[in-house]
Amino acid sequence: QQIQQRQLQANRTGEALTPYESVSTYNNFYEFGLDKSDPSEKAGSLKTEPWTVTVEGLCQKKGTFTLEDIVKPHALEDRIYRFRCVEAWSMVVPWLGFSLADLIKRFQPSAEAKYIEFTTLVDKTQFPNQRTNALDWPYVEGLRLDEAMNPLTLIAVGVYGRSLPAQNGAPLRLIVPWKYGFKSIKSIVKIRFTATQPKTTWAIMAPREYGFYANVNPAVDHPRWSQARERRLPASLFNPNWQPTLAFNGYSKEVAAMYRHMDLRQYF
Amino acid sequence: MTQKQWIGYSKPLIFLLLCLPTVWLVLSAYQQNLGADPAKKLVDETGLWALRILLLSLAMTPFRYWTGSGVWLHYRRMLGLFAFYYVVLHLLSYTFLLFGANWSYLQQELTKRPYIIVGFSAFLLLIPLALTSTKNWQRRLGQRWRKLHQLVYLIALLAMLHVIWLKKLGVWAVWPYALCLFILLAERIRQYQLKQQNSFK
Repeated sequence: QQIQQRQLQANRTGEALTPYESVSTYNNFYEFGLDKSDPSEKAGSLKTEPWTVTVEGLCQKKGTFTLEDIVKPHALEDRIYRFRCVEAWSMVVPWLGFSLADLIKRFQPSAEAKYIEFTTLVDKTQFPNQRTNALDWPYVEGLRLDEAMNPLTLIAVGVYGRSLPAQNGAPLRLIVPWKYGFKSIKSIVKIRFTATQPKTTWAIMAPREYGFYANVNPAVDHPRWSQARERRLPASLFNPNWQPTLAFNGYSKEVAAMYRHMDLRQYF
Repeated sequence: MTQKQWIGYSKPLIFLLLCLPTVWLVLSAYQQNLGADPAKKLVDETGLWALRILLLSLAMTPFRYWTGSGVWLHYRRMLGLFAFYYVVLHLLSYTFLLFGANWSYLQQELTKRPYIIVGFSAFLLLIPLALTSTKNWQRRLGQRWRKLHQLVYLIALLAMLHVIWLKKLGVWAVWPYALCLFILLAERIRQYQLKQQNSFK
């Protein structure tokens, strides 16, 4: 029945799914290493049991929760989304998860909370590349609260109907399908509600290249490459599979209204 | 074994070693082992091998200083030509595989992306060096040949800039290569200064 449901959704996006093999072996997860194959090759070192998520900041229900506390109250659903990396490649992935909005409501954020910040686990023994200073660990990402409450925003615990492999951000990660992939933070251990815009990893590293919003936008190029097109993976050797990139990764109808008063060239 | 014999035996061996990355890439492509984005992988790997071999060719002269043996210089031409060969593969896979010979895309890349312009310039500058690499040309150009082939320092710097620029993490992602290039160029500056001092004595 799950498989039927997935086919139904695939028809809705009208695009072929990227096979599990590609989804689970072609990853950017710098905690494991900089090459696309590093995460799947080194994934064995990540221990996802036990796992806790700490919730802090401007909300009523602060505390540290086990993975089960976080996931159990929610009905999991398959959601097929386009996934567009800032490096101009993309996939179509059947995630398994639940709406972030439903999770947020449980923590009862206060009226002053305007943003939500996520943090990835720091542990050099589990993430070998955290022994280097490739990034300023921990990896931090964030959203405006209305973006986080958008029905499209997903907390994923699985892919292709099974648990997330470590290389895809086990045991739970964010999926924001209309933003570049680096916004969809993996292996989350902390959620914090804030009044001010969180300082996020790539926006600190290279503010001219990676903005806080990072909405998929074919009209605003990365300073070093075009964002007007993308290679849909898997590509083959003799067919690079270029296709035009869509505004908001094709989710304008659902999300464009949140940005209607903003200059997206300035807030890229 | 005399030095001449040693060079005679080792040259074909090194030739075969330098072919191995090609064999490995062709085999991987044939067995579909290049991952979800095979054309990009080929472009990256051929580029990286070009850079490695270019650095190796630049290491021969410093090796001569450090070891006191002139044997290294016998491999320099072959290394340089192999670097050129991998640059050509890099450019061909970029043009025909990654961009599927889409000339309008390629034209945009070549006019709008500084790292592509820098990389392409390095390729253009390599052409005259490859063409004049024969003994015949060396004789014909005399002192000018030396001057011409000093272009390789500029080419190496452009190649390094090209790869630093295209990486999300910049020099951090390729620091071992950048460090090698720094050492190889610094050694030349040191030798140059030593020579200057000696000539004033």
